[in-house]
Amino acid sequence: MGQNRLIAGLVVVAIVLFAGAPFVIDAAPYESTMGLIQKIFYFHVPSAMVMFASAFVCGIASAIYLARRTPGSDRMAIAGAELVVVFGIIVLVTGPLWARKAWGVWWDWGDVRLVTSLVLWLIFVAYTLLRRFAGPGSDVLAAAVGVFGMANVPFVYWSVNVWRTLHPKTTVVRTLSPEMRFPFYWCLAAFLCLYVALLLLRVRLERSKSTLEAVYAELED
Amino acid sequence: MTPGFWKTVGIIARKDLVVEARSRELLYTTVFFAVAVVLMFSFSFVVDGAPLTDAAAGILWVALAFSGTLALGRTFERERQSETLKALLLAPVERAALYLGKLIGMLVIMSLVVAVVGPLVVVLFRVSLDGVFWHLLGLLVAGGLGFAGVGTLFGAMLNRSQSRDVLLPVVLYPLTVPVMIAGVSGTAALLSAEPNMARAEVWLSMLVFFDAVFLTLALWVFDAVMAES
Repeated sequence: MGQNRLIAGLVVVAIVLFAGAPFVIDAAPYESTMGLIQKIFYFHVPSAMVMFASAFVCGIASAIYLARRTPGSDRMAIAGAELVVVFGIIVLVTGPLWARKAWGVWWDWGDVRLVTSLVLWLIFVAYTLLRRFAGPGSDVLAAAVGVFGMANVPFVYWSVNVWRTLHPKTTVVRTLSPEMRFPFYWCLAAFLCLYVALLLLRVRLERSKSTLEAVYAELED
Repeated sequence: MTPGFWKTVGIIARKDLVVEARSRELLYTTVFFAVAVVLMFSFSFVVDGAPLTDAAAGILWVALAFSGTLALGRTFERERQSETLKALLLAPVERAALYLGKLIGMLVIMSLVVAVVGPLVVVLFRVSLDGVFWHLLGLLVAGGLGFAGVGTLFGAMLNRSQSRDVLLPVVLYPLTVPVMIAGVSGTAALLSAEPNMARAEVWLSMLVFFDAVFLTLALWVFDAVMAES
């Protein structure tokens, strides 16, 4: 089982990276104006990146499912959507914590990344609710939500951008000092390994579920 | 012999409107619901006898979104009760025509709601429409089209699902956030003491762009989803 080994490998790497993360983050220099609170950045930004990537995984898989109806794309879409919700929780908890210290407010409606993340998260919560409660045919319905959700991102982003923004620009990553860049990429690697491992596991779970259902159906015949 | 594409669209829209004209159930309930929403907001946002500035724009759009959801739910409930959606899907016509027909029926109902709720907001919130009427109408048409376009698709798809009543707004509101932002911001720019036409036009163009993208997507998805059911 090549895939099992891949998942196990990714989990081990993720554990090692996450175990090392506190030390690496601790070794990084303090940011001049924000001080200690800036260190939340090393978990906040990678989880946000993974969240947006996962939304695209779900959106593209949903589009493929609508066009071709391959079961594999449907499983990938479920896994992607659920991980948007999970990593979204991390983003939406760490974000306000940082904002409270850095800007003095928990939440700012004029900030483009905050609002876009929240709306995206809500869309994928709706996706998982549909899958759970809509009954038969929810797979296609949810796929439509996935496609519309992905198409929504640029519109929400643009709309909020026309208001006003105080969130640090995304180019902040490139302007980081080398001592800060190392722990950032370390954490990004940790989150990416964890994400891919969870994604593959979730797809595998869904595959086992459908195999089990097929076996049950055969038994009843 | 099957009629042409646009003729089919017209027939389906007319069917909805004839059914509605006979009972007027949807129209009366939806309009009164929208009025009730506006009144609820008036009681919560009028402080010391004076309305809050800029509240009018938000109230107008929220009333539209709420009553629009209600109307969408009812119109597809009607199709479900007598299994007429199934009959429509069996008809040898293009799926896209079905979608557009339902959408037009929905838009007519929503325009009638606006015709009642709009003046009500103007009166209750002391709004001046001098020189901004056509811009406002443009925002309402483009916003309504975007909202109803996404709503008709999901209303039709949710038609046979469980808990469809609550799932429709759960899905529809997050997906139409750009419509709400653009509609409310554009309207607020028009209704402020010094109307900002340029700003309203920026939001209007964004709404038109949203409509173009999401109607195209909805037509594609409707075709793909309803093909096998």
